[in-house]
Amino acid sequence: MTEPDIPSAYVRDKRTAPPSREELRARIPGWGVDLDPADRPSSPKLQYPAQTGAHWDFPDRQPGSAGRERSIEHAFVTPVFGTAQPLHGPSGAIRRLAYQRFSEARLAHWLLLVAGDRVDAWGSHLQSFGSTRPDVPATGVRTEASHGGLRSRAGRSDRRHHVVDPLLVAGPWVAAAGVGAVAVRRLARALRR
Amino acid sequence: MRAMTYRGPYKLRVEEKDRPRIEHPNDAIVRVTLAAICGSDLHLYHGLMPDTRVGHTFGHEFIGIVDEVGPSVQHLQVGDRVMVPFNVFCGSCWFCARGLYSNCHNVNPNATAVGGIYGYSHTTGGYDGGQAEYVRVPFADVGPVQIPDWMHDEDAVLLTDAAATGYFGAQLGEIVEGDTVVVLGAGPVGLIAAQSSWLMGAGRVIVVDHLTERLAKAREMAHAETLDYDELDDVVVELKQQTDFLGADVVIDAVGAEADGNALQQFTGPKLKLQGGSATALNWAIDAARKGGTIAVVGAYGPIPNAVKFGDAMNKGLTLRMNQTPVKRQWPRMFEHVLNGHLTPRQMVTHRFPLEDIAEAYHVFSAKLDGCIKPLVVPNAT
Repeated sequence: MTEPDIPSAYVRDKRTAPPSREELRARIPGWGVDLDPADRPSSPKLQYPAQTGAHWDFPDRQPGSAGRERSIEHAFVTPVFGTAQPLHGPSGAIRRLAYQRFSEARLAHWLLLVAGDRVDAWGSHLQSFGSTRPDVPATGVRTEASHGGLRSRAGRSDRRHHVVDPLLVAGPWVAAAGVGAVAVRRLARALRR
Repeated sequence: MRAMTYRGPYKLRVEEKDRPRIEHPNDAIVRVTLAAICGSDLHLYHGLMPDTRVGHTFGHEFIGIVDEVGPSVQHLQVGDRVMVPFNVFCGSCWFCARGLYSNCHNVNPNATAVGGIYGYSHTTGGYDGGQAEYVRVPFADVGPVQIPDWMHDEDAVLLTDAAATGYFGAQLGEIVEGDTVVVLGAGPVGLIAAQSSWLMGAGRVIVVDHLTERLAKAREMAHAETLDYDELDDVVVELKQQTDFLGADVVIDAVGAEADGNALQQFTGPKLKLQGGSATALNWAIDAARKGGTIAVVGAYGPIPNAVKFGDAMNKGLTLRMNQTPVKRQWPRMFEHVLNGHLTPRQMVTHRFPLEDIAEAYHVFSAKLDGCIKPLVVPNAT
């Protein structure tokens, strides 16, 4: 390898200079308008806005915080909070345990929340079977026909794992249906005896 | 009112829900006129975000018209046309007082590590989101801004997260004139990050993805060079060769938890949920950056630990910068860029779905069908 062929990483300076300002400005709309970090709104990281719109030192407290779950890394339930989907049932008990017992630093906190999510979802699926709108394993799949499912995936590497998606999504439903069928058959047999 | 509701992983539908009500004196109720589905909504849709409850309404990118205000609201009036940052923030806590609006400490009792976000699980505060006819907007005097008359609705809705996050990602990279910037991911955030990198003086911008229509958009809209990693044996080696074996000065991870490109990461993350998503993009960023370079992370990951090559990041002396975007801080400067045509968010919109078809919209976006780059959701579509 001759001297000029040695790549930039092994010598003092980059072998190829970047394009000139004029060239870049001609090619790229707005090139360099934020070149000065002073023009970048997030530089420096910490800034002290003169006015945020807040007209309080500490916000009024939203009513209804008693009993609401919170991270134990917080001093209290924050003055404002979401009230959507309050804790309820077995999933609520699992989630409450996650919040009351484990900080965000503990993996158990997050794994319990994930467990609560699954219990919540399956409890809701079971409830839905007694309603006029039963849940299905996956929604929106009709777009595979209307929006070119096969055509869209042609040549894409993620086809490989898309193939297992139906198994991962519908598999638990098939297993649950199987367990249910076996249970019903055993119950019927027991009743016949 | 009609609202998107979560029924479990891969399952959504539209349901009738109660219209939200004023719960705090500084609340507003906004009638949503346009919303969007964000790539990070897919983490919820796929069941990756802990404490995502059945019945939750997603949606943190939305604009609308003020329908009701609480008694302490001074800066907004009923009828105002507003854009709402995805961050719920108080404007007065230690963090907001220092401009870290996305790290507000007064709005999310469920976690201290993340601030409040609309429609993004109870881990971010338990606020229903904007893929609905109405949404509760806390701290109406702090977050929302009236949409300028000249601004297109589709630009406005994208400025509430995706576009602001792309612009923020480029800033995190601390780009200096002539830098080579690699953007991982040619989704909406990556496309704006690529455009923004030029504004900050990049000498070269390379966008990496594997979806041909997105790479074409990166070339056309962001004037970037592109690499399709499906066509390469090893994308990191290619990037090293293309940068004369230095590596990139700045790498922006605009992918996050859903990254493809590594089967083990894909199966243990998005599929089996054993880690907070796939860390493929982050690991490629660590490998592709030059020693002493900077990695900007604006792709979202879940709170469960990820398999990240942290040792290499340390050995290379990398600077890792990241945050959820403090959106409102970006807006004054971004408004100028949109007005001047330097940033063109609405060019990314490929699909518009009525709210009633929300399940179809999520499936198309998640599976990347029909060249979908950015889907919008239209409540009350006729």
